[in-house]
Amino acid sequence: MIDLIILVTLLALGYGFGSYAESRHYKSIIARENRLRHIPAVTSRFPPMNNNSREAELVSGSVVISVDYFKRFIAALRNLVGGRVTSYESLVDRARREAILRMKAQAEQLNADIVFNVKLETSSIHKGRGNSIGSVEVLAYGTALKTQQ
Amino acid sequence: MLVTNIEILPDKQIVEHLGLVQGSSVRAKHVGRDIMAGLKNIFGGELKGYTELLQESRAEAMERMIEQAEAVGANAVLNVRFSTSSVAAGAAELFAYGTAVVLE
Repeated sequence: MIDLIILVTLLALGYGFGSYAESRHYKSIIARENRLRHIPAVTSRFPPMNNNSREAELVSGSVVISVDYFKRFIAALRNLVGGRVTSYESLVDRARREAILRMKAQAEQLNADIVFNVKLETSSIHKGRGNSIGSVEVLAYGTALKTQQ
Repeated sequence: MLVTNIEILPDKQIVEHLGLVQGSSVRAKHVGRDIMAGLKNIFGGELKGYTELLQESRAEAMERMIEQAEAVGANAVLNVRFSTSSVAAGAAELFAYGTAVVLE
């Protein structure tokens, strides 16, 4: 009985705090994406050769985000029947967008115009109970190019 | 020392290729941070302690790579890549590698 109460409490806490944190995070992501739109991050490997007065520097951004208890529970249930695990989809989406934003913020500090050859790397660093993914780390890195004044 | 992850630079010629340079760093988690992370696993959200830890160790891996590049007499490292692997439970290896070159 006590176990059941603990489980329900954890689920309620996870659901409450988790969805609040997620909606707040999405709001902040969208606001910052709009602000940093003037620095495009592109995946093409070669910079344009016509402009010969450019300076290059490596920029990177990383973030570790954890999923809440409720979503992990839902994902475990989803494992029984298969299909899309939407609770983890939003986790990795948030982590990637956040990592790209941090990389862009670094590029902005360097007064860069564009970030080239952006690469994303995802790794799960913490395994929760029952081998479920507890948290993911996303690293975004690229080369910031700036026009020399 | 110029460090980038593109293969060629628009305004600079590569004079000499010096081969691959690499740097790595293996870090374990801190118990205090682990407890905080355990709490965050209930509520969800960013694990700031881990983010910092991984950033520090990645910076260290890069430093080691740059040291190696300096030792072979390069003035730039091009095409840098990062990779992460978990070596044992609770420890992660962060690895950075690139091509050491001499730019004109």
